[in-house]
Amino acid sequence: MSEKSEKYLISGEKGKWEVVIGLEVHAQVTSNSKLFSGSSTKFGAEPNTQVSLIDSAFPGMLPVINEYCIQQAVKTGLGLNAKINPYSVFDRKNYFYADLPQGYQISQYKNPIVGEGEITLDLPTGSKKVGIERLHLEQDAGKSIHDLDPSSTFVDLNRSGVALMEIVSKPDLRSPDEVNAYVKKLRSIMRYLGTCDGNMQEGSLRADVNVSVRKEGDTKLGTRCEIKNVNSIKFMQMAIIYEAKRQVELLESGKSIDQETRLFDTKKNETRSMRSKEDAHDYRYFPDPDLLPLNLDKKLIEKIKKDLPELPDEKKERFIKEHSLTPYEANVLVSEKEISNYFEEVIKTSDKKLAKNWIMGDLFASLNEKNISISESPVTAKKMAQLIDSISSGVISGRTAKEVFEIMKETGEDPKKIIESKGLQQKSDPKELEKIIDKILSDNQDKAEQYKSGKDKLFGFFVGQVMKESGGKANPQLVNEILKKKLK
Amino acid sequence: MSELTKKSLTEIANLIKKKEIKSEEVTQSFIKNIEKDKKLNSFITKCSESALKKAKDFDKKPKLDNLLPGIPIAVKDLFCTSGVKTTAGSKMLENFIPNYESTITNNLWNEGAFLLGKLNCDEYAMGSSNETSYFGNVMNPIAENTVPGGSSGGSASALAADLTPATIGTDTGGSIRQPASFTGTVGLKPTYGLCSRWGIVAFASSLDQAGPMTRNVEDCALMLEAMAGFDEKDSTSINKKKENYSKNLTDKIKGLKIGIPKEYRVEGMPKEIDKLWENGKKILKDSGAEIVDISLPNTKYALPAYYIVAPAEASSNLARYDGVKYGFRSSKGNNLIEMYENTRSEGFGDEVKRRILIGTYVLSSGYYDAYYLKAQKVRQLIKNDFDQAFKKVDTILTPSTPSSAFKIGEKKDDPISMYLNDIFTVPVNLAGIPAISIPAGHDNNKFPLGLQLIGKPLDEQKLLNIAFAAEKKINFKQTLNRWWEK
Repeated sequence: MSEKSEKYLISGEKGKWEVVIGLEVHAQVTSNSKLFSGSSTKFGAEPNTQVSLIDSAFPGMLPVINEYCIQQAVKTGLGLNAKINPYSVFDRKNYFYADLPQGYQISQYKNPIVGEGEITLDLPTGSKKVGIERLHLEQDAGKSIHDLDPSSTFVDLNRSGVALMEIVSKPDLRSPDEVNAYVKKLRSIMRYLGTCDGNMQEGSLRADVNVSVRKEGDTKLGTRCEIKNVNSIKFMQMAIIYEAKRQVELLESGKSIDQETRLFDTKKNETRSMRSKEDAHDYRYFPDPDLLPLNLDKKLIEKIKKDLPELPDEKKERFIKEHSLTPYEANVLVSEKEISNYFEEVIKTSDKKLAKNWIMGDLFASLNEKNISISESPVTAKKMAQLIDSISSGVISGRTAKEVFEIMKETGEDPKKIIESKGLQQKSDPKELEKIIDKILSDNQDKAEQYKSGKDKLFGFFVGQVMKESGGKANPQLVNEILKKKLK
Repeated sequence: MSELTKKSLTEIANLIKKKEIKSEEVTQSFIKNIEKDKKLNSFITKCSESALKKAKDFDKKPKLDNLLPGIPIAVKDLFCTSGVKTTAGSKMLENFIPNYESTITNNLWNEGAFLLGKLNCDEYAMGSSNETSYFGNVMNPIAENTVPGGSSGGSASALAADLTPATIGTDTGGSIRQPASFTGTVGLKPTYGLCSRWGIVAFASSLDQAGPMTRNVEDCALMLEAMAGFDEKDSTSINKKKENYSKNLTDKIKGLKIGIPKEYRVEGMPKEIDKLWENGKKILKDSGAEIVDISLPNTKYALPAYYIVAPAEASSNLARYDGVKYGFRSSKGNNLIEMYENTRSEGFGDEVKRRILIGTYVLSSGYYDAYYLKAQKVRQLIKNDFDQAFKKVDTILTPSTPSSAFKIGEKKDDPISMYLNDIFTVPVNLAGIPAISIPAGHDNNKFPLGLQLIGKPLDEQKLLNIAFAAEKKINFKQTLNRWWEK
């Protein structure tokens, strides 16, 4: 396959168009308390129960920076191979909205805490580097709830003041698939680092998607539109497909693109204009006088760097080297921290090859089927290891193991117990097996003769008969050995 | 009028410590004075009942080793006081009762004081005459229909009229020193970060600083000692050891160098103020200080820079008063935007609106660099001026204000002339350094005039010492005919 044929292009009536995408990902910082107050950040609490006087902007209240969130941002920056800025500034972004109690959001504008970085995507066509423009810290707003009452809006301030990292990519992405790979990689890195749980259902990870199109081969960027606040990878992809097509149609009909902010209607699968550039808010950014500029201690940065956990890229290399995995297999097994932990837990005691095949095969299939994550699986790493050990030691056959797994994935039961209670142990006593084999051979003397005179294919027939007679429990390896001896 | 209320804070505290008087007596005498304060209008909220109860509680179990044992104190209504209405002089917070106590008032209560009442002030501390308060203007006890200055006008008026033994104000551009000067009292603006801003209704965060207002310098040292201290709830608070300003107070200032900035001699300044300044120089010289001519070349840019920075911060700080969470909300309006517009149109007074508009304008895209950024650069230049000067001198002596107290209504419709009141006080806030105003004489109308001493960052002790020495020699006397009681 040439690389060209893999390129994602939109075929318009007048030619092919390239899609250029940049993402602004908003990732909730994993922290027990908010960015500037001691309130809890726990998800799912009763409305307005995790709100301090600071979060609700009472008169005279002042923000105090949560050091832990700063460390988390630095850690993330290092995980993105980015430059950490020892000097950064918190600014006020001013606008009025009912769920923004201060009337401004504390964010970082000119001097973010993290500068340029880069992450590597593993794509079917090979690896691709995507540039990170910056990462800055900011407060989340509260939540306006419009659908509880026909004439009133309710406001829940539990999220108000929660720390977010805004991670801005360069316009380096070229297709919905690359966006998928980018978000997943970013999420994976942050989960390895423990800086963002990446839970999209709970809104811990959302993105503003910048889309523009240009004729294939053009180097100048087209006018972009920003699709606000998309909260799943699938919706990001749908929004990009729709938006790119819309822009191509406009350009091909001789119209131009207005730089504007759009929203994605998930029900209608379309993007709609929210506000044009002319109506864009004037946020009147200025340095927050309640907070001093942030001066990071070099020692702190060094310490965080030293304590960084192994990240997916390094782990992948190690897996290939130490566990003789293919790059594809290694990729799958490091894609999420929990999966790699699971794999490493299993191979502590058990056969690597079997472990890899069972995890990537039956286990993943069962997770998909139930739509659960590996950490929610009833088959824990320990139980998986037991199952694999039963195969390696010949207690059960691979085929029986599948039967055992079917039970394990439903009940989470111990494989040993299942094997015992169902009497699934293999028959590995040579004397017992000889008895069965003798019986089969005497019942089928004609076929035995045929085999001896050269009809090799009949060997399988005898194996099948023995297995049948043993109720599927005969150790196939032993059966083979004995049969071969007897048929000489 | 009780003689007790004429005594200084230090005297009263000492009498209580020596068990010669009871807190209840003291409190009762001030309450009696407060009851006759209809015309001054210096109180927004009177806490007579709760103060008396606290006084009685104190007398039952007196703790005498505190700085302010059993002392009733009324405070500017910009400090949030738990369970007591805190209005900031605005309709917006007319019925706002915080459930938290500002760090500064809390510090006072921890030293044995208790709340006597909440004092009138310009709306959100925006004003130089206490005419912008939603609760009506305050009068200066020195003469009827005269302003007490602002924004801590209620504080200055109540203090001068013996309605509280001492008080606290906030100073963003002169709001402690100018009213102190207008009422013949002492007012100190500490180094930015010395007194916590937590729980003070914010005007301009990078300039706001709470400070004491007292009858004399000794009281001022005592109050500052009680107020100052590091507060981890305020990120701009300075982490340093507490100082014993009152214990270390001395009038020995021999050999100290006092700077006289030529730029503070402004055109059209009354001769009396020039005379006052000259007299100040003479007194300090007589006390053994050396007088040195200095230059603060960027002084003329201070006022314009201030009127960009302060409104910019205010426009953002006041965004929270939107009718959604607390405070006033207009009943008019069919949607969120209309509710905002009506709430803020009805809830804020004209001066506050003017500053929000200025602040919003100077921060707007396309204007930011020309105004806000430039003003911040000017601010740095002004700070550099002071840094340079303090290489040569220990303190700087200037007049506190370019005029004495004026008539109510006289400058109300002329904001520029009103803003000019702060011309000598504003540079100090921009530089974040401390300054004190002490009464130093009278003009031809027998209205008090103040002199200002400006110090290095965290050099409050030296400032107080020089003021203490000057105060002794000046021997300022104020006789009030207590017209408001008649």
